[in-house]
Amino acid sequence: MTTADVAMGTATGSATQRGGAAPPRVSGGLPWLGHLLELRRQPIELLSRARAECGEVAELRLARLPLVMLYGEEAQEAFFRAPDEQLDQAAAYPFMKPIFGEGVVFDAPPERRKEALRNQSLRDKQMRGHAEVIAAETERMVSRFGAGGEIDLLDFFAELTIYTSSACLIGKPFREELTPEFSRVYHDLERGTDAIAYVNAHLPIPSFRKRDRARRRLVELVTEIMQARARSGESKGDLLDVLMRVRLEDGRPRFSADEITGMFISMMFAGHHTTSGTAAWTLIELLRNPGQMAGVTAELDRLFADGGEVSYHALREIPRLENAIKETLRLHPPLILLLRKVAEDFHYKGWTIAAGKLVGTSPAVSNRIPEYFPDPDRFDPGRYLEGREEDVRHPFGWIPFGAGRHRCVGAAFAMIQLKAIFSVLLRRFELELAQPPASYRNDHSKMVVQLAQPCRVRYRRRAARAGA
Amino acid sequence: MKIRVDLDLCQGHGVCAEEAPEVFALDEQRSKVVLRDPSPPEAQRARVKAAVRYCPTHALALLED
Repeated sequence: MTTADVAMGTATGSATQRGGAAPPRVSGGLPWLGHLLELRRQPIELLSRARAECGEVAELRLARLPLVMLYGEEAQEAFFRAPDEQLDQAAAYPFMKPIFGEGVVFDAPPERRKEALRNQSLRDKQMRGHAEVIAAETERMVSRFGAGGEIDLLDFFAELTIYTSSACLIGKPFREELTPEFSRVYHDLERGTDAIAYVNAHLPIPSFRKRDRARRRLVELVTEIMQARARSGESKGDLLDVLMRVRLEDGRPRFSADEITGMFISMMFAGHHTTSGTAAWTLIELLRNPGQMAGVTAELDRLFADGGEVSYHALREIPRLENAIKETLRLHPPLILLLRKVAEDFHYKGWTIAAGKLVGTSPAVSNRIPEYFPDPDRFDPGRYLEGREEDVRHPFGWIPFGAGRHRCVGAAFAMIQLKAIFSVLLRRFELELAQPPASYRNDHSKMVVQLAQPCRVRYRRRAARAGA
Repeated sequence: MKIRVDLDLCQGHGVCAEEAPEVFALDEQRSKVVLRDPSPPEAQRARVKAAVRYCPTHALALLED
């Protein structure tokens, strides 16, 4: 950074100023690795410290790669409004490539995203069917329960959301061909997202070896399913069927089992650990706040007193439950760091973020900025009530789902899913923390954040009541 | 009553076209909302409000004249 740069930057302060100042650097960092190890150990502390030291623009280093963080509504708006040609999403997540496999992109290009929305599963019109499937899958999971007992939240919700996402996004027949092994192996894939991938995504470390083994095993499982279908010759009418039927001109199948597995992994990835983690944290927060739990349970009991279907109500307003979910998302966003690779120099106020750097925003840090979210560490679903509406007060402020053109396309689906799950769970069972309330925490050692085990809760079947 | 659309935010979910079909339509090609009536009559207010409220990407705003 030269003095001339600084002078230019501060003199004009224009949002589009060329040749602005280089971003201020965050303290600490190791000679070669920079802040990479700190990011793997205590990412939220690191990202909060960056803001505390530097303000709305702060530069860290992941090994040789500079990462410029942007904080606050204004900076977030610039980040989320930037076109793909300038801030590239696909290039920013190198740890995803070995999981999806060759030829499967991180996020479909804009045209493909539109296509996915246009004809497929995430459209508003499809949602009723999805809600029905999710309610049925939740009933199936709890049918294993006795009158009382204990569950591990990570195991329970990770398995449930494998079934819901495969049934809704790929099709019910495929979901019926899955075993609990699929869920366990899938988890090893999610654990293979060490930030060390910014140095090299193929280092011979245990989590990467496990990741590669898990992917091979998933291909085997999908191959077995495909072979069984080919033998029976029966048409199942789901997405796997469609993909298996696509042929090249010479009659050979267009897609290999490896490619199909990659597509399925990528379709399920965004909605799996995110929904699973949010379900678990919503439950933990409601159990930590018994007053809120009582309110939500009473709301559900009242709503379903007339014997209505979950698929009907999950599509409509369940205000207390929705606000509890929103507040959980604010406090425990499943993605703590949203990244882009700078393809063309990016200018914000007086700063220039040079091409080649990473740029990021952090839902975990920004959604606890006290100017926007008073008393930020408090679980307060009242923030979303009319009059306060802290989630929509500024379109780029509350960002658990991101914002702008890459905003989570599955956000509405996720909400319906969570509403359907809790509509079943909280009406059938009374739950209770099985550990000290403060002992529930996330494991941040991987880029895919998961609940740290143990994370157990006790359940007791509620007495049957009219309409329940 | 006027409506503002932020096309950077619209992802073409089509919720608005379901809530207020006389005011909003979906351009299937571009997967973006099209305003059929940028200043709809008062009678549409409740429907427009629902469309604004349930837009999954908060791309719509209702402005008073």
